[in-house]
Amino acid sequence: MASIFVVSAERFIPLFPRLACQGVLLGCHPCFRLNMFSKGTKRKFSDGDEEISDESLVGARVASSYSLQRQSLLDMSLIKLQLCHMLVEPNLCRSVLIANTVRQIQEEMTHDGSWHMVAEAFCSAGQSPSERLVATEVLCRSREQDAEPKLFSVISYEGCREEEVVADETLCSVSVSDTVSNVCLAGRIGQCWEKSELSGVERDEEALEDSRLGSGEDEEIDTKDRASTESPKTIGQVFGTFEIKNGSPGPDSALEELFSDVDTSYYDLDTMLTGMQSAPKMGPYDILDSLAPSHSSPSIVSTPNCRSDLNELDHIMEIIVGS
Amino acid sequence: MMAGVGGGNDFQWCFSQVKGAIDEDVAEGKHILPLKQRKACPTGPTSSRYPCAVSEGALGSIQRSVIEALQGVWEYRCASDIISTVEFNYSGELLATGDKGGRVVIFQREQESKNRLLSRGEYNVYSTFQSHEPEFDYLKSLEIEEKINKIRWLPQQNAAHFLLSANDKTIKLWKISERDKRAEGYNLKDEDGRLRDPFRITTLRVPVLMPMDLMVEASPRRIFANAHTYHINSISVNSDYETYLSADDLRINLWHLEITDRSFNIVDIKPANMEELTEVITAAECHPHQCNVFVYSSSKGTIRLCDMRAAALCDRHSKFFEEPEDPSSRSFFSEIISSISDVKFSHSGRYMMTRDYLSVKVWDLNMENRPVETYQVHEYLRSKLCSLYENDCIFDKFECCWNGSDSAIMTGSYNNFFRMFDRNTRRDITLEASRENSKPRAMLKPRKVCTGGKRKKDEISVDSLDFNKKILHTAWHPKENVIAVAATNNLYIFQDKIN
Repeated sequence: MASIFVVSAERFIPLFPRLACQGVLLGCHPCFRLNMFSKGTKRKFSDGDEEISDESLVGARVASSYSLQRQSLLDMSLIKLQLCHMLVEPNLCRSVLIANTVRQIQEEMTHDGSWHMVAEAFCSAGQSPSERLVATEVLCRSREQDAEPKLFSVISYEGCREEEVVADETLCSVSVSDTVSNVCLAGRIGQCWEKSELSGVERDEEALEDSRLGSGEDEEIDTKDRASTESPKTIGQVFGTFEIKNGSPGPDSALEELFSDVDTSYYDLDTMLTGMQSAPKMGPYDILDSLAPSHSSPSIVSTPNCRSDLNELDHIMEIIVGS
Repeated sequence: MMAGVGGGNDFQWCFSQVKGAIDEDVAEGKHILPLKQRKACPTGPTSSRYPCAVSEGALGSIQRSVIEALQGVWEYRCASDIISTVEFNYSGELLATGDKGGRVVIFQREQESKNRLLSRGEYNVYSTFQSHEPEFDYLKSLEIEEKINKIRWLPQQNAAHFLLSANDKTIKLWKISERDKRAEGYNLKDEDGRLRDPFRITTLRVPVLMPMDLMVEASPRRIFANAHTYHINSISVNSDYETYLSADDLRINLWHLEITDRSFNIVDIKPANMEELTEVITAAECHPHQCNVFVYSSSKGTIRLCDMRAAALCDRHSKFFEEPEDPSSRSFFSEIISSISDVKFSHSGRYMMTRDYLSVKVWDLNMENRPVETYQVHEYLRSKLCSLYENDCIFDKFECCWNGSDSAIMTGSYNNFFRMFDRNTRRDITLEASRENSKPRAMLKPRKVCTGGKRKKDEISVDSLDFNKKILHTAWHPKENVIAVAATNNLYIFQDKIN
């Protein structure tokens, strides 16, 4: 878990990885650092991604110390939301207070315009989608600043408190039948789009698209556009976005979102690169098969192409194997 | 009004008893005869409003002086028996504690002997019983803790005592009754209990009541279950002595003490969309005299007073108490530290007191826009809020209590410190509940936390405070200056003494 913080923090503010790490704690430590937060003063967010010369290092440090502390507070809050003891119901009051703190930070960061940096850092992580898929379990338990609010809203409010049973492990498994986990991933991915949308920089989003997926398939951008047109424009509504997505008819749309962008790349990675497709990896395609008749989204339109290639490969394999 | 500043009428707080394990190891039950040295405590002027057995004036002199301490070291208990609630009954004769293991221990004050006039008795264990057991909610695959969240006594109406104890989900009404006689000479039973053959009985006799060792029995009379989806944080007996309310994070229910299969929901703040949840109920209490009035506090630092005559569902408050926020001290933690952890009506019913993380506020029920009094409990923690947020201490729920005459209030802090504030003289005192002060003739001296750079002798610096030793639960005897302070798994009893 700690390693992910380091990676993101370094990406975010490359010159101060140590400070960022110090700001993050797992669990409860009885250590008391005088970590003063400036009260009420807003500092301009300094672009930490750029290289800063030594002479202005001190200046930059002072300017970004507030945002650094704010970021570390956000990290800490998100960990707290996830680190709940699932054996006993976690304290609702505590969860609500932490969630309100997260909201407050996000609102302020949106005001500052620094939220798009966070989104960029996440989206340009350079992880291949399959890696992200594999890392879902870790993400579910780790600090994931974009997705955490949604995950939290799934776990702590709806999941734990109400009649539905939602165990943490469920969220971390990428099983198609699990609506919750699908929505969670959809939220994670969708929120990436939303955050990009909120920054109001269309070009960045498309650049992110390309950099992340390594290809400019139309369906990706279409999916993003669709998601962005659906998404609300304010951070405050981000928590409610999950509900909107969830409210859409059936789990199909969530599944569709889930596999619309991931699936193709997955296919790219595994089939184009390796040329092999083993049985378990047929799973997503099976689902898309079932979805194809009921949806006309561009992502599904591309499916037959994938499937024809897949069939071709299977055919070749059969010939080779001779079965 | 505090009883005379000088002239030998000053009060000093002195150690009386401590119950619980000395160290972290589990020890066998032991009973050490306490060293007792008592002095007569003359009564002072009594208030016309609140007749008390002893003088008013809750705070002792701040001057250091040798204080005689009464010591009673009682049975040791397991280290996991963290005390989770402390409550005196209406007369102060009984003191109940609930712990994390679901047990309730009731202490009774021993009778004051005649030759020691007006001396104060000690509290001895009266009854111990297992109130709640751990449960498992199969639907949610979650454990339900047996920890007792609250105990509330019912007023005594006959020889037996009744109390309500609540864990996260269930409230139980317990009857504690004494038995000091048993019948002997049954016709149908032998002395050892075996049934006699009816055909062999040739004579009849009347059973005779013979004295026996006092036996205190606790039996559950009512179980109020399945009414709360969320964790119960408060129960409060109504002044009609027929109903009581129970509050969880989002709902408040009104029960009748005789009816267990039904309760009325009187407050429901659960939003239709849980995504919009930003505020929870943190505490609730019935008005001490008006059976239609109750208050509940929230995590946003607001208190709502509701009148049950207005509507069946009291979602709309009658009064709304909130202090406007000081914009200059706003930080990311402002909301968290404004969250109210306890609300208590004064005995008079005219005021109420709320405890948030750093302060205690006294409100006049007739004024909603700000409190009439604010007392800083540990303001030196304001600069440490980030660290306290890290280690979750910022979420600690401290309780507060009034003394019998409403002239003083008490609340706990960290490092086993607890604070008392005299509302009339505006003096305050910080005391520590520790074993070091528990020896006979130990000086119970006021403590001071050093906030600046230079630390005086006997002061403790903020960084040296032990945040694992927190006093969350305190109780004040309804009539006398006797206080019970729960420090983790130890219960300290302090009394005042006139020099």
